Amino acid sequence: MITPRIQKLREKSLGAEPRISAERGLLVTRFYRDHLAFGDSVPVQRAKAFSYILENKEICINEGELIVGERGPAPKATPTYPEINLHSLQDLDILNSREKVWFRVDTETREAYEKEIIPFWKGRSNRDRIMEAMTSEWKDAYAAGIFTEFMEQRAPGHTVAGDKIYKKGMSDIIADVDRAMSQLDFLNDPAAFEKMEELKAMRIAARALIDFAGRHAEKLDLLAAEEKDRARSKELADMAAICRKVPASAPETFHEALQHYWFVHLGVVTELNPWDSFNPGRLDQHLIPFWEKETAAGTLTRETAEELLQSFWIKFNNHPAPPKVGITALESNTYTDFALINVGGVKTDGSDAVNEMSYLILDVIEEMRLLQPSSMVQVSKKNPDRFIDRAVKITKTGFGQPSIFNTDAIIQELTRQGKDIYDARNGGASGCVESGAFGTESYILTGYFNLPKVLEITLHNGIDPRTSRKMGISTGYPGDFEDYSRFLEAFRKQVEHFVRIKIHGSNIIESIFMTHVPTPFLSLIIDDCVEKGTDYICGGARYNTNYIQGVGIGTLTDSLTSIRKMVFEEHQITLPRFVEVLDRNFIGDEDLLYHLIYKMPKYGNDNQEADRQLTDVFNIYYDAVNGHASPRGAAYRINLLPTTSHVYFGSIMLASPDGRKAGQPLSEGISPVQGADTHGPSAVIRSAAKIDHLRTGGTLLNQKFSPSFFEDEEAIRKISHLVRSYFRMDGHHIQFNVVTAETLRDARKHPEKYRDLIVRVAGYSDYFNDLGEDLQEEIIRRTEHENL
Amino acid sequence: MPGIIFDIKPFAIHDGPGIRTTVFLKGCPLRCLWCHNPESWHPEPESAGKSIILDGREFRESETIGREVTVQEVMAEIRKERIIMEESGGGITFSGGEPLMQPGFLAELLEAAWLEGFHTAVDTSGHAPKSDFERILPYTSLFLYDIKIMDDPLHTAGTGVSNQLALENFSWLIHQGKPVRIRIPLVRNITATRENINAILGFLSPHVRQIGQIDLLPYHRNGIHKYRKLGLVCQMPPRDDTPEPEEIEEIGQIFRDAGFRIKKGG
Repeated sequence: MITPRIQKLREKSLGAEPRISAERGLLVTRFYRDHLAFGDSVPVQRAKAFSYILENKEICINEGELIVGERGPAPKATPTYPEINLHSLQDLDILNSREKVWFRVDTETREAYEKEIIPFWKGRSNRDRIMEAMTSEWKDAYAAGIFTEFMEQRAPGHTVAGDKIYKKGMSDIIADVDRAMSQLDFLNDPAAFEKMEELKAMRIAARALIDFAGRHAEKLDLLAAEEKDRARSKELADMAAICRKVPASAPETFHEALQHYWFVHLGVVTELNPWDSFNPGRLDQHLIPFWEKETAAGTLTRETAEELLQSFWIKFNNHPAPPKVGITALESNTYTDFALINVGGVKTDGSDAVNEMSYLILDVIEEMRLLQPSSMVQVSKKNPDRFIDRAVKITKTGFGQPSIFNTDAIIQELTRQGKDIYDARNGGASGCVESGAFGTESYILTGYFNLPKVLEITLHNGIDPRTSRKMGISTGYPGDFEDYSRFLEAFRKQVEHFVRIKIHGSNIIESIFMTHVPTPFLSLIIDDCVEKGTDYICGGARYNTNYIQGVGIGTLTDSLTSIRKMVFEEHQITLPRFVEVLDRNFIGDEDLLYHLIYKMPKYGNDNQEADRQLTDVFNIYYDAVNGHASPRGAAYRINLLPTTSHVYFGSIMLASPDGRKAGQPLSEGISPVQGADTHGPSAVIRSAAKIDHLRTGGTLLNQKFSPSFFEDEEAIRKISHLVRSYFRMDGHHIQFNVVTAETLRDARKHPEKYRDLIVRVAGYSDYFNDLGEDLQEEIIRRTEHENL
Repeated sequence: MPGIIFDIKPFAIHDGPGIRTTVFLKGCPLRCLWCHNPESWHPEPESAGKSIILDGREFRESETIGREVTVQEVMAEIRKERIIMEESGGGITFSGGEPLMQPGFLAELLEAAWLEGFHTAVDTSGHAPKSDFERILPYTSLFLYDIKIMDDPLHTAGTGVSNQLALENFSWLIHQGKPVRIRIPLVRNITATRENINAILGFLSPHVRQIGQIDLLPYHRNGIHKYRKLGLVCQMPPRDDTPEPEEIEEIGQIFRDAGFRIKKGG
């Protein structure tokens, strides 16, 4: 149930205009410009800047809310991070006026940028450092759309809170910091001084969050005194007391636990603009002790707990992702900031973790129907059917949440990477679909990798046909290949070449962050940064992983199948001629196009003739990436997900051999090419399961169903069985789009009638109206084949 | 022994318990007016025209409906779905056409599937010699049995054959103690009449415990384009002959009151 005040808060959140706030930008500018930490070490400077922002930013308390604290001065007033990425006036104008994912920029903000922020940071932001350090081959490949770079406009974050913060307040963590400092070994450890500076910075950051909460307490007291409604006045006074207690001390009640997390969340997203934002992770596991204790004591009712969760949900929705521009805006063109709440799974000891709180959270997900936070269920073979059925029933309402993950696969993925099994069981998925050990791992997504583009370059002997520039190495002209295996070998070499360029760049970028942008606050939260006296950015986390996200494996698989069969097996066309046809975008060769689309075997139908190319390319990509090392000690791994990059990547490509025309989107995640799966959902999961999911850190499979499919309980149960089957085959994740193509087409024509239409994109949900036109078309095409 | 099929459809969710793979055997002795599967009628492969529009251009080609397959080929397709069948309590359904038009092939398929531990269902009109039912009985877990029209002359008018054989076989099958699920197509003025529903109820009532579930299949015209494709004369009743949801609910209630479990839309 939604109470009237939550209803109001929800409407306010939905109706708030995303806008740029110059508040944080100005504060961080003044801090550095006025040399407020002159002479301090970099981590201490960063901690003092963090502290300065929290001391001076406006405190916002919204009417009727139960969980307090905003990242900006008001809901959806979005801060900027000029030290990472300085927006130019032109950027601001684009943000203000672009049709989708816009941010209003008022004159005051523009002026603040013009007069203070830009003059100070121009040429000195981290993005400037990165661009200066990149080699020309990196820049060429980046501009050609072979890969993207997550850290170009945002900072490495991508981690999730574990349960430490529910057991320790900031004061307890400060005590840990002091202990670590007292144990520094200046006799034998050459890094002892560095560690001391880092620990000093951590202490400043922890103190800053306590004081920030104290400022909320003061404001709440004032509001309580002014409030005429006695009940609300008492509530405000109680909230003030909570803000005096958390985050300084460990929470003891359900309400305190949520408020405590929220202050930590604000700390992480104020310190930097990490990609993804931040995430409470296993929320049902973290909250259940508070729930059990309080319901036993009679101090908490289900209704109150539900309302508190709803108020908590709204806080996430008030925070659009920090504004992105350029290629970064294309690869992740959404307001969603990828806080992904995990529900279900297993406990540390491996037993079934589903509890009352899991079901309550699912109720809240269904009632709130908000884009943010994203939500997912972890399904282990140990979890009851009732749990998965409940989750599937919510997906039926058509907004793509919760998505469904295989806990048993995630644990195997994490342990394969060398993690302790307890840490693995405490993990889950974050962002879109990325596996991580919550509270103990720094797992950075470094960027998307355009696999079909590398095939295009291979077909042109290292030249990008769009720009006629030599990009790759010479691996042979189309006429040079005697057989398919030699051609595949050429493709392998090109993949290895571009992966090397990507990793070379990412490692330099990582070093830049390590030198210039430590994150002492985030380091307090993730183990074992405090114990090691090492920053999160610098390898302080217990586990460190870097991912390169492969995109377009469906398009690539079908393209290689066409080449293999048409050129090398059936000799229907020579490779040079095939390349000419593609360069001409099939004009004049419609019969061939028809043949490619309708006669070639396609991935997604459990057809081994097509699927063997899938396993080939998976292994090529895996071998090229897996195991490389980063400066902070991370190992490179692969995962397979696109956000919106499959649209961008397709837009900079010519036609591909599977029958995809120039400029059209690539396949998304590990889903089959849009419309190519003609043998129903079970054939799709059988094909998708041929990927060795356990060697990835996450894969993304989208399935579409028409709403009529979900009409009765029995059908819902069958969807659950389908999910269980996929997971028994070690599939990592599956999500459902439950909407008709007809509805979507009507929404294209009459966007005004569909302002609330939410669809599943790829690893997240979004308002259909907020999607770019090409992505809208792509989703319609995905949805059209639903003849069940 | 090879046989002729016209489709193998995985993820069939309306053809028995769980998620099933339905194998459609070609050939049918009935010609139901409301049939949405006319490609099932003729026992041999046949060709049909097909046209696909791509970029505003029409591509025409002929396709062959139906193909000869061996038992092992069918089994290979079925095995692919094993995990999904196990998870869902599903299995294989042999449908048609009338699968018992190819009794030898069907019996071999059923035996092969049965021996590998699959749950097997046969979706039948009942219009086949009793000896063929005897042959498949040991390897069939469940029968999906059509009851269409109780009045014999009306049955003949609606389906082209007498219902005598089907009703006799039904009684025999019930006597054997096999689980039988009933499927009733609902076409207004033809099967969904008060008289017919009451007659079916009277016929089935003594066996309520063994039957358990009745699937009510409302008439639809989704298959109408297939008649055109095959060059067949379409005698399908008008769209209006799909009963309204309230009528279907009313019929469902009649059976429910007699103790049957009802599933709408089969």
